[in-house]
Amino acid sequence: MSKHAPLGGSVASTTTIIAAALAAIMVVVVGYRFVFGLGAVTHLSNGYPWGIWIAYDVVIGTAFACGGYAMALVVYILNKGQYHPLVRPALLASMFGYTLGGVSVIFDIGRYWNAWHLLTPGFANPTSVMLEVALCIMAYVVVMWIEFTPVFAEKWASADTKRKLNKVLFVFIALGVLLPTMHQSSLGSMLVAFGFWIHPLWQTDLLPLLYLISALAMGYSIVIFEATLVTAAYRRPSEARLLGSLSKYILWLLVAFLVIRWGDIIAEGKLRLAFSSRGLSWMLLLETALFLLPVALLGSAERRASGRCLFIAAVSMLLGGALYRIDGYLVAYVRPGWHYFPSLGELLTTVGVVALEVLAYIVFVKRLPVLHSVASPKDNLRAPDVAATTSK
Amino acid sequence: MGLTRRNFLKGAAAGGAVAACAAAATGPADARENKTLPPKATGLLYDSTLCIGCKACVVACREANDTQPEFNTADKLWDTPLDLSGDTLNVIKVYSDGTAEYKDQEKDGFAFIKKSCMHCVDPSCVSVCPVSAMRKDTETGIVRNDPSACIGCRYCVAACPFGVPRFQFDRAFPRIRKCEQCSERQAQGKIPACAEVCPTGATLFGPVGALRDEAERRRALTAGQVTTFSRKTVGSDDVHEKPVAAYVPHTYGMTEMGGTQMLMLAGVPFDKLGYPALRQRSYAAESETLQGTVYKGMLAPAVLLGGLLYVAHKNTDNDHEED
Repeated sequence: MSKHAPLGGSVASTTTIIAAALAAIMVVVVGYRFVFGLGAVTHLSNGYPWGIWIAYDVVIGTAFACGGYAMALVVYILNKGQYHPLVRPALLASMFGYTLGGVSVIFDIGRYWNAWHLLTPGFANPTSVMLEVALCIMAYVVVMWIEFTPVFAEKWASADTKRKLNKVLFVFIALGVLLPTMHQSSLGSMLVAFGFWIHPLWQTDLLPLLYLISALAMGYSIVIFEATLVTAAYRRPSEARLLGSLSKYILWLLVAFLVIRWGDIIAEGKLRLAFSSRGLSWMLLLETALFLLPVALLGSAERRASGRCLFIAAVSMLLGGALYRIDGYLVAYVRPGWHYFPSLGELLTTVGVVALEVLAYIVFVKRLPVLHSVASPKDNLRAPDVAATTSK
Repeated sequence: MGLTRRNFLKGAAAGGAVAACAAAATGPADARENKTLPPKATGLLYDSTLCIGCKACVVACREANDTQPEFNTADKLWDTPLDLSGDTLNVIKVYSDGTAEYKDQEKDGFAFIKKSCMHCVDPSCVSVCPVSAMRKDTETGIVRNDPSACIGCRYCVAACPFGVPRFQFDRAFPRIRKCEQCSERQAQGKIPACAEVCPTGATLFGPVGALRDEAERRRALTAGQVTTFSRKTVGSDDVHEKPVAAYVPHTYGMTEMGGTQMLMLAGVPFDKLGYPALRQRSYAAESETLQGTVYKGMLAPAVLLGGLLYVAHKNTDNDHEED
């Protein structure tokens, strides 16, 4: 019998109604864009041809959606079964994050009617990092919906179907770890071709490694962030102990990130630039501060046990990872004489996409067996041995 | 599944196996060198010191490429493109300093400069294009965008170190536009429109090798010495005589990003004319080397997947029976 159960209750609430309204606004803005062109809605230009629809919706959006990837890695590859209750909600958020990130690309590309060329071998350019990113993301979206099928199956399918499904699921779990490893690192590699347009503090051949490490850390952070919100919103028992032990992955990933990032800056002789690049120096320091705060907070077992500290650390990590990406793609992308700040239309679209994700997440957890059922005595037994076994 | 010591060791060993597989697959890869000039590469030599700023080339480019005029005055009666755009594939700009008295002089002088596609030997736009819409001709080296393939992602616009490809943001059904060296005219035996109409030979068409030699010849002369300059095509009989200006000691496009098929001579430093100093190793080569090192022709992902499949299968076996 499944340990998961739908939350139940009415779907309509203040949150879902606001989310639906924001999503409706997005539909109008996007409709306008398709009729009158990208310039009518966005502040994009030939100096800044990519804006927040790429930097936020795709690059940050998919990194925020790395919870499913991060949890699959821990639970199915490192075999830490105690985190199993966190897998489904993480996977659900990832599924929506990636799906809508993919949909946003259709709003952004200018000649969308040719988008199918991405899937056609005759058009493929193997040297293009973007092609690899696009194919990997599309494949991963499909993989996640398949990984999620047990949830639909539990509600609608027979026991026999479920058993057959479970037999092949490991293939999709493996792909679900491989594909994000590839495209999250490649989202960093994409910037290498930009060469000198990217400020030297953000331009390095270590971009794929830095993007991969930070994406994983963002994945664990979003799991903590979402679990905390769900616990508070639906008055469920605190998962702080489980999350606290999970947060150690963030700690080590962040330490690795900071050592590589700053080690590279020093080794490449860019240390002086770190303090002499005016606004960009401040951005680098702000990023570093946002990464250091979680390191400080998660460094002690006492603070890791506090739900508040965990939440603050997770939010700081998410902001730091987002800022690192905004800087790489937009702020440190310096085109003399050109300027970019997102238009209202761009912001409303991005907000609408996030709102749609929130709305879909709520509908799914209320109607489908996504969250662990709290009444199960197994869970209560499970929580204590977590701390004991993971603090090696 | 309870967490026992045995399970923990199993998990740790499996994780280690995956990491080892990944490490084994990613050894050093061969660096992708800069590409080399195609055999029949054609190009343009733009000599800023010969340019009189008449902009006949801008008008000829419009006609040849059937582009819309751009109005920037209040009466909307004057085609005044300010820069390259989705409608302007070639533009003449002017540098001016202080009193702007002397032509081709950095201090208190002025100089004209052409902006159009450089037709890089190793173009970033071609390397980054996901659907092969941007292609470099293997014979002539001309870089063209095929709108029937293009998805309008604008990676080429963002990546070009010269800021050349332009996207039509003002249209519902936009295209990427850039100079394609009048490929269609060339197919009819004609030369690029800008070179054909240039009254002073400031824009000169020809094989890249011959253009490089011509640039060398001009720079070797002493300032003030009278020499002949061809119009239209390098080495043509349509010539005029003129004293040589004082050139800056560099032919732009010889080394920048591994070289370009458009070459430039000027009397004012190129960075003042909107052409920044660029290194020799192309960004395309660097990006492709990095991707090649990480992926090793998809061998690394294949090996990693093998490891992941093994471990995931092992770890989900009892997990799901219990679920």
